[in-house]
Amino acid sequence: MRWIYKRLIIAFLTIYFAMTFTFIVIKAMPGDPIQALAQQFVRQYYMSYEEALAMARSVAPFVPNGSLLQQYVSYMAKFFRGDLGVSISVSTGTPVTKILADAIPWTVLVVATALVISFGLGTLIGMAMAYKHGSRLDSGLLIFFSILRSMPEYIVAIILLSIFGFQLGWFPVRGRYDYQALEALHQGHVLQFIANVLWHATLPILAWVITHIGGWALGMRGSTISVLGEDYIGYAKARGIPERRIITRYVGRNAILPLFTSFMLSIGFMFGGSIIIEYIFSYQGIGLILYQAIENRDWFLMLGAFNLIIIAVVIGALLADLLYGFLDPRVRRGAQTV
Amino acid sequence: MSYRRQTLRYLIHDWVIVPGKIILRNKKALVGFIIVLGYIVMAAIGPEVTPYPQTYKYPRYIKPTLLKWPPSLEHPLGTDYFGADIWDEIVWGSRTVLIIAFTAGIITTLIGISVGMIAGFVGGRLDAVLMGITDILMTIPGLPLLIVLATIIRTSSPFVIGLMLSINAWTGLARSIRSAVLALKHTEFVEAAQALGLPMWHIVFREIMPNLMSFIAVNFIFATIGAIYGSVGLYFLGILPFTAFNWGIMLNMAYAQAGAHQSLETIHYILAPIGAIVGLQLGLLLFSYAVDELFNPRIRTEIS
Repeated sequence: MRWIYKRLIIAFLTIYFAMTFTFIVIKAMPGDPIQALAQQFVRQYYMSYEEALAMARSVAPFVPNGSLLQQYVSYMAKFFRGDLGVSISVSTGTPVTKILADAIPWTVLVVATALVISFGLGTLIGMAMAYKHGSRLDSGLLIFFSILRSMPEYIVAIILLSIFGFQLGWFPVRGRYDYQALEALHQGHVLQFIANVLWHATLPILAWVITHIGGWALGMRGSTISVLGEDYIGYAKARGIPERRIITRYVGRNAILPLFTSFMLSIGFMFGGSIIIEYIFSYQGIGLILYQAIENRDWFLMLGAFNLIIIAVVIGALLADLLYGFLDPRVRRGAQTV
Repeated sequence: MSYRRQTLRYLIHDWVIVPGKIILRNKKALVGFIIVLGYIVMAAIGPEVTPYPQTYKYPRYIKPTLLKWPPSLEHPLGTDYFGADIWDEIVWGSRTVLIIAFTAGIITTLIGISVGMIAGFVGGRLDAVLMGITDILMTIPGLPLLIVLATIIRTSSPFVIGLMLSINAWTGLARSIRSAVLALKHTEFVEAAQALGLPMWHIVFREIMPNLMSFIAVNFIFATIGAIYGSVGLYFLGILPFTAFNWGIMLNMAYAQAGAHQSLETIHYILAPIGAIVGLQLGLLLFSYAVDELFNPRIRTEIS
């Protein structure tokens, strides 16, 4: 039990220091949200900069002032009470929690679906490769997946968008859903709306799957090969246990364990990486929100999005550590004695 | 004099002849080596022999003349939205891309090795602090952090951009080096060296490092690939100032300004930088297949 408490304290400290570091870095950015907002007004309403500045100040009176330390203390104190401040640029005055709550489900939809598909398919293919390792199929797939793994997501995304969005016109090129689908939802056609949402999410999901499946397949291949060399697999075969049971119970279970930690960590990292995918597909999720917030120096929105991703990464790592203990009997026993 | 010559001969043998033979033996690595060498040559002398890619010099969107029949080298990759020759832009962009990538690769690897080695060797409180910092940096989302940093630093120097890209790229390597050092610390040959009272630098550089070299070299290659991805991505998003030529700037222009991905008539503008990036990554990746053999003493002696 002491081990769990220690792990929890470390997780909390990591979150705290990462948040502090982010706060300092963001405050070091040149320009401030009022200036950015004023420039926006100048472009929108053709007013002089002084007028725009005065207007920006009156529209956004909540922009923090005081010393850096005061701002830090007040932000942190409010943050841990669940108050993330209000947005300055994206619909001025809207609470950050509301904007994030509106964006997160969409990013989760894309990222989680992509992760499940790439992990599921990747581990299956990786295991098959390990069983056939050394064959021509295996070495061909090995090169193929290495290439896929080193491809940046944005390149795959642009290619997909160009082929399936613009040339063939099979999938929409931007957005989370069509306006008509939203109207259909209001009239009670839920299925039609869901279909439209999935149709819009297909290309972003595909971009993630293509760039991530290789990593899972290669990881699973390596891990399966080392498990296949273990003595207990030989004993299991000698005891006449059916092959199918050996593959699922003996090989699969043990081979997937080392991948488990990276699976949990991927969730958070994919949140951070979603900036570029959501930018390309104009998909209004947390990544695009964060990008717009950075562009407009929208401090509270930026901090909120950053801190949320930080917390997601740390909780993912924490859950991975704790669950690993339950999944791996060696760690379980070891943890109890410590 | 003759002693010096002898040393030189050994050096050439160890660093040129043996690695050369290993690369020649491994077909994948040979292809990769040739590709990477081609890019390095392009970056080193390309801008000296290729005309400066001036805008509004030619008509817009000329189709690649390499694809025409008969193929010609007039505009091998065509011209872009702004009437500049795309091949010239690719050549001029290669220099900054390579400088950024290798700077970031070297710095990332150096920080990763140092932090991992010190944490693993010294242990105790220093280890806890170093690994704490590593964990904290690992937690902060990388691309968003880079975007924020890029707005603070606002530089167009490829060296500074390379330095910036390594801000938290080293964390994974540091962790792996640390666990490798912890495992090697208790091997017989290291304990024997310690019992003999050999100095610290000897143990680190002569006993431990040779065992990690292939791992480090592979990580260097992947750090370089990651830096290409990161820097081009930052340019693509329009975060870094557009002062020099860079494939990321071409991507941004083609995607955000010209919308070249939308039609077959203009697609060659966006395919050119994509091809350049993918080709370089492919070359580095294929070359990494030989790294294991390059540092494997058994294969080295077998060959010489």
